[in-house]
Amino acid sequence: MKVLKIFIILFLVTSFLELKSDEVNDVVKNKILKNIRCLICQGQSVYDSESEFASSIKLIVDRKISEGMKEDSIYEFLREKYGDWIIYDPELNKNTYILWLLPLLLFLLGGAIIKKKFKFKS
Amino acid sequence: MKNKFSLFIIVIFLSFCFVIFYKGLNTPNNYTPKVNEKKNIPTFKAKDFNSDSYINSDKIFEENTFYIVNIWASWCVPCRTEHPLLMQLSKNESIKLIGLNYRDNFNNAKNFIDDFGNPYSRILIDKDGILGVEFGAYGVPETFLIDKNKDIIKKFVGPINQEIVNEIKLIIK
Repeated sequence: MKVLKIFIILFLVTSFLELKSDEVNDVVKNKILKNIRCLICQGQSVYDSESEFASSIKLIVDRKISEGMKEDSIYEFLREKYGDWIIYDPELNKNTYILWLLPLLLFLLGGAIIKKKFKFKS
Repeated sequence: MKNKFSLFIIVIFLSFCFVIFYKGLNTPNNYTPKVNEKKNIPTFKAKDFNSDSYINSDKIFEENTFYIVNIWASWCVPCRTEHPLLMQLSKNESIKLIGLNYRDNFNNAKNFIDDFGNPYSRILIDKDGILGVEFGAYGVPETFLIDKNKDIIKKFVGPINQEIVNEIKLIIK
């Protein structure tokens, strides 16, 4: 009877852990799919799209996660196949440095102007 | 003097913004695939259309020749228009054609080949489109030209035409 109880507890714990890991994988998968552009759709992510391209990408992302590939490696894989355009969140490179640095530059410029104005007033 | 300097800064700033926005507006807001980028062929395992067995990519591209990978499907209308050109290309001995049957019904694909002819030395089944993604394809038909070093040297999006066939012939000559 005691052995049976232990067996049931072990079974429940392993099932729970398996469910938990599936849940984690789903969260990661959805996060990735929301950050991938559907290349044949108008302003839709792969997550939102039901197109054939999107469903192939969903399958491949699912497979890569099951193989243990990390989020960044999946983005890198897709970037290698389709270029930077497939990722919504662009990384800093020679094509995107203006996009990343312009807000910072404007912020610094604005700050300098404000500081100068205050200095004059005081 | 100070006013002139402020005006100069404002003009520079506005010109900068104008150039950025003008450039942004002129850039198309849709995906334009890079067609001349050299890439290695992906390594994969695929199901053979005729023998139903699985085969490795290194076995598929083992010969020292040019290869064409053509992604096609029986339901794809533009594939029908390019098919006679693929038949024409298949007669060339310096090139081998590999067909990637994309998200298709086996019987429909078989009927398509029986009706229009088989230009392919081998057909692979891509039931869920994953092989297409490995090649960096996003639709059907798409055609990839692979050189003797097993690099993808050209990518043709959409149905091929006589001009493209001539271009391929010129490259493999």
